[in-house]
Amino acid sequence: MINKHFVLLHKADNTFVCCKQLLAGSSTTLEDVDVTMTVDITVGHKIARQAITEGEKVIKYGVSIGSATKDIAFGEHIHMHNMKSDYIASHTRQSRTGE
Amino acid sequence: MKGYLRADGRKGIRNIILVTYLVECAHHVARAIVTDSSDNVQLIGFPGCYPNEYSLNIMEGLCTHPNVAGVLIVSLGCEGFNREQLANTIQASARAVDTLVIQKSGGTRKTIAAGLSSVNELLISAEKAELVPMDISELVVGTICGGSDGTSGIGANPAVGHCFDQLVEDDAICIFEETGELIGCEQIMAERAITPELGEEIMKSVEKAEQYYTKMGYGSFAPGNAEGGLTTQEEKSMGAYAKSGSSKIHGLIKPGDIPNQGGLYLMDVVPDGEPMFGFPNIVDNAEIVEMIASGCHLTLFTTGRGSVVGSAISPVIKVCANPETYDNLSDDMDINAGKIIKGEATVAQVGDEIYQLVKQVAQGQQTKSEELGHQEFVLTYKKFEAIGPSCLPTAR
Repeated sequence: MINKHFVLLHKADNTFVCCKQLLAGSSTTLEDVDVTMTVDITVGHKIARQAITEGEKVIKYGVSIGSATKDIAFGEHIHMHNMKSDYIASHTRQSRTGE
Repeated sequence: MKGYLRADGRKGIRNIILVTYLVECAHHVARAIVTDSSDNVQLIGFPGCYPNEYSLNIMEGLCTHPNVAGVLIVSLGCEGFNREQLANTIQASARAVDTLVIQKSGGTRKTIAAGLSSVNELLISAEKAELVPMDISELVVGTICGGSDGTSGIGANPAVGHCFDQLVEDDAICIFEETGELIGCEQIMAERAITPELGEEIMKSVEKAEQYYTKMGYGSFAPGNAEGGLTTQEEKSMGAYAKSGSSKIHGLIKPGDIPNQGGLYLMDVVPDGEPMFGFPNIVDNAEIVEMIASGCHLTLFTTGRGSVVGSAISPVIKVCANPETYDNLSDDMDINAGKIIKGEATVAQVGDEIYQLVKQVAQGQQTKSEELGHQEFVLTYKKFEAIGPSCLPTAR
């Protein structure tokens, strides 16, 4: 756990996982760097540990969980709007896509 | 620990009577019999009218499961299910079995009446089951996940993995599954196989799953997974994979195959050949049913979003990864693994808690879903080929 809001699961990861909700506009310190959340980050969601460029692998648990579909800034929410599976497309309920 | 001794030497941790209908047309009659019987009488069944080798095989595995003392078969009469073979298999296992055919029994009312008296006799014969000492090495434990979210792979799944490591150490049989939910983990999983040949079979099983799910148009990924922070199939897979712990993988089985020695087994649940009956497992309970058909005495069910299901035949222990979900659904959850993500407990501590609960439930303690009366059951059509020669362990 790097602070009360985020956990780093593996040293090779370029993502943090939220373990306590953080609302948009609130700030937190990630490995000595301050960052402000642009959207609500709820438990289980991921943010970028560092800048990730389009096409780069997103790493969690020390392994690739897919690729960035656009450039992702440090501290930015990572989800279906900016990354995708390298195996099989994910689907969401149309009325509740969230992002 | 004690278990109910069955003729094949296996021991049960429950001593129930099953009422099984063999086609949807017989469902109402079977349900009415169960509704008017004691809690120890449970309902299972198969909806379709067309014969299917897989569903017969699974039904045979369920009706001769060590937790089952006797079975009442309820048939309409004209359906495709091979009721004679099912009855013969149950009889050969030295269990009490009775068959009622609605078309020969005078219809709904008379069949329900006959069924109730039949169940009463089955319950009396169940009382004769001998309770004998049972070692933890004789347990078969399965695990599945349902309603996963971003906390599942951090809390509940690794804790189950920790429990599995202890059970494998005890020489128990542990089964994990859903090759479609292991897409992306095939390489690291194959490296854990006890033989290189088994590793190749594991790789092939996940490739098959990927092809199958691609053809279906959906991965094993529900909208709630995304709402809970999971983005891709391989991300969900890595979390799910943690349930398997860190033991060597001793074998690859298909639904209904019963492992012959202690160790960790992967169940290949994706049908063989061209996709023909739709999604491999339409819902979590279809997976639980396959686990039970392969001998599982109980199932460890991890959830983040919050599932409330149990199962017929074998108890389900629910392990909740998400602290918010736990607070909301604590009446349905057996283990609060949300403590891990809140930093209040370690994975090992919660894993030990699960391990202790497995032993208590094996000794008769009711799980939350048992107390609440959950006895969900789903069985559908599938097609499998037999496992290959390199799939089962020859040495530990």
